[in-house]
Amino acid sequence: MALLSSLFQSGSSKTFAHGIYPVEHKELTADKPVRRLPFAPELIIPLAQHKGAPAVPLVRPGQEVVRGEPIARAEGFVSVPMHAPATGVIRSIEQAPTAEGPKAEALVLRVYEAASQQVLYGAECDPLALAPEAIVRAVQEAGLVGLGGAAFPSHVKLVAPKGRVIETLLVNGCECEPYLTCDHRIMLEQHTTLMRGIHIALHATGARRAIIGVEDNKLDALRHLRAHLPSDGRISAEAVRSKYPQGAEKMLIKALLGREVPVGGLPADIGVAVYNVGTLAQMGELLPKGQGLIERVVTVSGPGVERPGNFLVPIGTPVRFLLDQVGLKETAGEVILGGPMMGMAVASLDVPVTKAVSGVVVLEREDQDLAARHIYPCIKCGDCLRACPVSLNPSLLGELAAARQYQTMAAEHHLDQCFECGCCAYVCPSNIPLTQYFRIAKAINRDIQRRKEH
Amino acid sequence: MVTLLTAVGFMAALGLLLALVLVLANQRLYVYEDPRIDQVEDLLPKANCGACGEAGCRTFAELLVKGEVEPGKCTVNAKATNQRIADFLGVALGSGERRVARLACAGGAHVARQRARYAGLASCRAAALVSGGGKGCAWGCLGLGDCVAVCTFGALSLDAHGLPVVDESRCTACGDCVDVCPKDLFSLHPLSHRLWVACKSRDAGDEAEHECEVVCTACGRCAQDSPEGLIRIENNLAVIDYSRNALASTVAIERCPTGAIVWLEPDGRVLKGRDARRVVRKGALPIA
Repeated sequence: MALLSSLFQSGSSKTFAHGIYPVEHKELTADKPVRRLPFAPELIIPLAQHKGAPAVPLVRPGQEVVRGEPIARAEGFVSVPMHAPATGVIRSIEQAPTAEGPKAEALVLRVYEAASQQVLYGAECDPLALAPEAIVRAVQEAGLVGLGGAAFPSHVKLVAPKGRVIETLLVNGCECEPYLTCDHRIMLEQHTTLMRGIHIALHATGARRAIIGVEDNKLDALRHLRAHLPSDGRISAEAVRSKYPQGAEKMLIKALLGREVPVGGLPADIGVAVYNVGTLAQMGELLPKGQGLIERVVTVSGPGVERPGNFLVPIGTPVRFLLDQVGLKETAGEVILGGPMMGMAVASLDVPVTKAVSGVVVLEREDQDLAARHIYPCIKCGDCLRACPVSLNPSLLGELAAARQYQTMAAEHHLDQCFECGCCAYVCPSNIPLTQYFRIAKAINRDIQRRKEH
Repeated sequence: MVTLLTAVGFMAALGLLLALVLVLANQRLYVYEDPRIDQVEDLLPKANCGACGEAGCRTFAELLVKGEVEPGKCTVNAKATNQRIADFLGVALGSGERRVARLACAGGAHVARQRARYAGLASCRAAALVSGGGKGCAWGCLGLGDCVAVCTFGALSLDAHGLPVVDESRCTACGDCVDVCPKDLFSLHPLSHRLWVACKSRDAGDEAEHECEVVCTACGRCAQDSPEGLIRIENNLAVIDYSRNALASTVAIERCPTGAIVWLEPDGRVLKGRDARRVVRKGALPIA
């Protein structure tokens, strides 16, 4: 099947070795323009929505806040502030459920009835007239994080590590996860702010050129972007093959530049910085206005949804409210935040949409228990080796995991290079939950590491 | 004939030569080892559980013979066997209170609400990584038995409601279950710790009770009724100060509205207070 579908892919597009071709299901929402929704009556804004130190609240319960006003400040350099997504009053600062599982501190904002969508907060400026350091500061103040799903603070990547120079900016418009179309719509609808964001990032990093990588299942977006490229020739747009996980940072670098990030290294080590199109579009939108990130485009899709679409969702909107708006079918089953490959199934619909959530996918209830799918022994077919984009040996790692040899996996078989894309488990004919094994192994190794440090 | 004799002779000479080397090596490289170590080791349980704090029974035996530890530290041996070691070595028995693993959760499927059904690898660690595992209480036992699988001594089993039960007679306090539980629910306690809070929920009041019927709601009655300083409320949870364990009595459990704080009898019975909610439900709560 993989061979067959690879024949139909345009063979000329650039790509990386290995990977898989999952069914895309993007037709459900690809032609649905981004729409706004009404405000949820209450927004839950976790203080740790990004990688790094959690933000520190600037408000106290009972305080009124205006849409766009800062409500939490960054704690240190690898951290970002939060802004009020709507006008209302802070009801409490409490432990709220998160998509990760453990409860975490969150601000609960009761939105005023008939609150305006207008953002009243902000100080206009011309980012391109600012010094690079000032842009880094401004990006941090805007609370920008990687909107592709990683939620890594964006300003950190604008600063090249000591001794490194960022030469090339890669703009990630791959969106390789099935169902998701938010980046597709952003490329079609927000090309002006996207180009502005790319210019700001070029200016801040000092990179000479920027390449936008778009999977060749979104040729309309590619054509649209090419038609709107600025005349200075620093920005180009290229097609990459529609293959999962093309949107992973290292895979995109491999496809567009033919280079590999050293093991354990960062893209900056080879002079590259990778940004998601959504992040740069928000950068181009927010920085000139001096505003903060308070909403993001989210694809709500899947066979369990009545009216799938792409929506501009205020940060903190409970998933339950979002699903009420689009309607759930009787057959709705698993709810996943993010795409079905790397996203996380949620145990409670009370969890909010955070800065990292690019999609909400509702699958249909399986007739029979998915868990009851029997796990057969490994037959050494090698499909997982051919699928693994970072060329690990998932079969061997899986056997080590079943034997609880977690330390060996990390020490001798590069477990830490696995970024849990799920390709191995997807292709495994024996239903071995390889990715889940690796996530357990990593969690236990982290535990051991933590115990050693204490 | 000569060929045959030469071969035999050569082999014999070679054998003698090598034997000589071995004899010399045995004399030159001999390391004296106290024969008592082997004898003491024979009296130890040889479970290599590590409850004494040493790497295994052999190491413990070496330290015993050196006189650096007391036989009583081995909590797995019967007291009489430890006494034999003490007599053999001519040392005091020493005290080492037997410790066992205890689970700080009583939220089985019949009393604790499940928010979502987890369908994946049957492992607590795996479930905990998927949005916490689907249990309403974010701190509670997931009941998939990672601890049962890791226990070398067969001291753990899951009850009808999916909660692990510790067989105190088999538990050696090796600590494997403590390490493996993704929710950190196990801890090792001397048998004399009879007062026990079987809950780790940091929710309080109605919100907590909505998720689990035997939750600690942080009402503080146990702390009020007990001698000062024995129990304090910390992070919406009753915490017992075991350095004052001598003050502990069943008074603390009497007015607990949910029965989260219990008194563990030596015979294995779990006593709840008179105000504790009686749970008669046998089946699991529906997923909601």
